[in-house]
Amino acid sequence: MNLTLKIWRQKNNGSNGHFENYQVEAEEHMSFLEMLDVLNQQLIEKKQDPVAFEHDCREGICGACSMVINGRPHGSQTGTTACQLHMRAFKTGDTITIEPFRANAFPVIKDLAVDRSSFDAIMQAGGYISVNTGQAVDGNAIPVEKADADEAFDSATCIGCGACVAACPNGSAMLFTSAKINHLSKLPQGQVEHSRRVKNMVRVMDKEGFGKCSNVGACEVDCPKEISTDNIAALNRYYLGSVLFGQD
Amino acid sequence: MRWLIDFLTSSIGKKLIMSLTGLFLCSFLVIHLIGNLQLFIPDGGEKFNVYAKFMTSNPLIKFISVGLYAGILLHAIQGILIWMENKKAKGSTYAVNTYDNGSWMSKNMGLLGTLILFFLCVHMGDFWFKTKFTDQIPMVTYDGVEMKDLYTQVYTSFSKLWIVIVYLIGLVALALHLLHGFESAFTTLGIRHKKYTPLIKLSGIAFSITIPLLYALIPLWVLVKNAANY
Repeated sequence: MNLTLKIWRQKNNGSNGHFENYQVEAEEHMSFLEMLDVLNQQLIEKKQDPVAFEHDCREGICGACSMVINGRPHGSQTGTTACQLHMRAFKTGDTITIEPFRANAFPVIKDLAVDRSSFDAIMQAGGYISVNTGQAVDGNAIPVEKADADEAFDSATCIGCGACVAACPNGSAMLFTSAKINHLSKLPQGQVEHSRRVKNMVRVMDKEGFGKCSNVGACEVDCPKEISTDNIAALNRYYLGSVLFGQD
Repeated sequence: MRWLIDFLTSSIGKKLIMSLTGLFLCSFLVIHLIGNLQLFIPDGGEKFNVYAKFMTSNPLIKFISVGLYAGILLHAIQGILIWMENKKAKGSTYAVNTYDNGSWMSKNMGLLGTLILFFLCVHMGDFWFKTKFTDQIPMVTYDGVEMKDLYTQVYTSFSKLWIVIVYLIGLVALALHLLHGFESAFTTLGIRHKKYTPLIKLSGIAFSITIPLLYALIPLWVLVKNAANY
């Protein structure tokens, strides 16, 4: 299949970016990233600068791939990362526009690669539990209500790719932050640091320059792991509770 | 008090202010509407005028009205600040814009709010300002008590087509603003559960359509009545 790619090229964060058009010959069995590999091979052979894009596992679980395909983070296929999007979703002759994730807290490093270390900062502020080292605890030693375990697991499927921020018209990271908090808050192990975690992660989320949630719901639609905005409502509840009734 | 400042200036705290002031203003919409529906009583405006005098002279109502003005200002100013901060947080937008995800209203609350604020200025200028600071409102006497004839002022105002159009635009903006805002306010408060969220959604839709529609009946009714008199 013959495709025209309209790709955002930007040398570095300091420079202005622009779109460039490329022609590529792809097969429908290729993943979207493999199609970009073909393009980059062409560019390298022509001694041109290949398109920078992030990727790692290419199995849809690492959250590294980050690009907006025809206006949608990870493309328009529901519940799919860009690496799991296949070229059979397109047809020959299509023009595909590829842009980096846009948000002030995700500055462009080069082309389609953005700096998502603001997510790391949020995680460092409380996205963990403190446990003693030593022998691993028996898996069933701490009873967990089935419904809570299910909900915690749903939240834990967040791969931290940042599609929620990219999809949000406000550049808000509420879906990511709330999923990370809810994942731990639904489990007994998460209770110890709950109040501090909620306050610290929200504080760092604000400090990193993310926008405020307007309950638009675009994040949920474009999330490759289909994380629910119920997490956001839960975080609002936890935050109010932590401020009013938390220890510190 | 450091914690309180931190809380109120946090992203969630700011949204909470929007939510609480928004719900407070919703309660005002109901009270104001109940009062205004007395315009439909065919008694030449006596009930409405007596009610209006009570509302402008009762000390408790005066005290609450200060809270109301503060609520409107807080909601408007905070809303504008959030809109500006969110615009900055998004930075640049996409060349291809297909985020059709999320309702149009949810992405244009600032625009709708501005339209409502513009309507409020016209509305307050026409009634509140004229009543408080000018002698333009005619006087009327019931049982020896002299009072401002706001009933007649309503008819004078709504005889102007442009005023009616401004009201209708304001009320359509209000309906759209509420269609997102009502449910969103509850989500911001963390009140969301599969048990009662469908009920909140349904009440939100019913509230957002019924209240502005009943308000809109007043200028339309006067317009039709005036036209019939000619």
